[in-house]
Amino acid sequence: MKDLSLRRKEPPPATRKGQAQRNIFQKLAAVPHTVWTVMFIAAPMLFVLYFAFTDAEGNFSFANITNLGQYTNVFILSIAFALIATAVCLVIGYPLAYFMSRQSLRAQKVLMVLIMLPMWCNLLIRTYALMALLDNGGLLNSLLGKLGLEPLPIVGSYFGVILGMVYDFLPYMVLPIFTAMTKLDYRYIEASHDLGCNNLQTMTKVVMPLTLSGVVSGVTMVFVPSISTFYISQKLGAGKIDLVGDTIERLFQNVSTYNVGAAMSLVMMILILISLTIMNKFSDEEGGMVP
Amino acid sequence: MKFLSKCYIGLIFFLLYIPIAVLIVFSFNESGSLAEFSGFSFMWYKELFHDEEAFSALRNSLVLAVSSAAIATVLGTFGALGLHRMKRRYIKKPIMTLTNIPMMNPDIVTGVSMMLLFVAVATFLGTRELFGFGTLLIAHVTFNLPYVILSVMPRFQQLDKSLSEAAQDLGCTPSEAFFKVELPEIVPGIVSGLMMSFTLSLDDFVISHFVSSPNFQTLPLYVYNQTAHNVKFSMYALSALIVAVILVILLVVNFAGSAADRKGKKGGRV
Repeated sequence: MKDLSLRRKEPPPATRKGQAQRNIFQKLAAVPHTVWTVMFIAAPMLFVLYFAFTDAEGNFSFANITNLGQYTNVFILSIAFALIATAVCLVIGYPLAYFMSRQSLRAQKVLMVLIMLPMWCNLLIRTYALMALLDNGGLLNSLLGKLGLEPLPIVGSYFGVILGMVYDFLPYMVLPIFTAMTKLDYRYIEASHDLGCNNLQTMTKVVMPLTLSGVVSGVTMVFVPSISTFYISQKLGAGKIDLVGDTIERLFQNVSTYNVGAAMSLVMMILILISLTIMNKFSDEEGGMVP
Repeated sequence: MKFLSKCYIGLIFFLLYIPIAVLIVFSFNESGSLAEFSGFSFMWYKELFHDEEAFSALRNSLVLAVSSAAIATVLGTFGALGLHRMKRRYIKKPIMTLTNIPMMNPDIVTGVSMMLLFVAVATFLGTRELFGFGTLLIAHVTFNLPYVILSVMPRFQQLDKSLSEAAQDLGCTPSEAFFKVELPEIVPGIVSGLMMSFTLSLDDFVISHFVSSPNFQTLPLYVYNQTAHNVKFSMYALSALIVAVILVILLVVNFAGSAADRKGKKGGRV
């Protein structure tokens, strides 16, 4: 009897063979990807390390790292700008994504197109467009002038650079959160109302934890380009504001400063990896509580 | 509340689109001023259409975006499948970490690191001709990969295993179950990965800036070089055209999608 019941549980031979083939295929599926990442992600990183810890002649040296002290202010400014821009994008983008997901399917589709359009439009173009609007000779200041008001010196100010970051990267915050929102089963929200939660409690206890993965992607996609940008600070900072990106770009224009540039890139990279690791850990823990 | 939320959406989209609208309107401005619209003119468009360099940059950008998005999507989708089914964490984790490096890394670091690799390879081979389409393609596939994984991987994770099992109980072979039950669940992820790759590739300026050569220019590099020091109105015309083309593509894709949906529903009813 025991023997019979065991045999019955086995799948038919044909299915088992298909399953085995599929398993082999699935195991090999990651191989090309792995080879690619080793060749074109790992190897270049090793070259950054190599350049960061050698001098121009190729001898081992810590001088590049210790020389970075002179750029402390640049680092602090960059981190502050990126944090502020990310926070503003989240504060604007999260409610936007939520409200968008509550619209009719038809409206959602239109809004999706509208949020993708600026993303497809080049960053240089968007930044130029914003600069053209806000510049001293731009439309905003000429309108203010006609109204008899003082022109706003936005271009060339800290505010201008942060505004540029928010404007350029907001869609990157909205899209992943919106995607997470649309995957959210509305019955969870109904259930939480049925169980006595008010709107605020439903938001903080149901919607937010369930869309945290979208927030993490969004924050990543805004924070990283914000901290690395050199173009926004060049244009909307009018060349007066120097961020980490500007410095690295300058250092890599000249072969003799490749080593310092590599050291600076390395430090920025480590800073970002640390902050993203902390964030990912936080979201993993949160995710663990959700069924 | 409903009304307020609509106002909020309207306001944000309004702010998002003002600069783009101004850009489009002023691309028709005859005076070359950004402050005042003095008269309607196609002169900047004429200037643009006589620019051979712009056309070759556009061609280069499209070829690069299509090929890099396609390669990245294929590599990334199979990669996501393989990684999802991989049991051994000590292999899976390092690969995932490695994959995510270009996404976590600022573009400038990715660009610089690839440049250093290519410089080293070029020195090793003793050639100076390495930089160009090849290096750009490699760089673009590399920075697209994590985004493909990011959009495909969650689809694999959200797959309900019992659905595939149910399909097999109902007589599907495992491969039929994969193609009929699991794949349709994954396809939206693949499509968004592909679209995102294409977008990022077209959009990329920073990484391309470091791995290109002067004889292979993409559109963003061309725009950057043209407007490094002063604003050129033919670039506004170009941007306006880009926005228009993208809008049309997005609308067509959307319209075609919903038409297919309706057809599918009708078919289902019959």
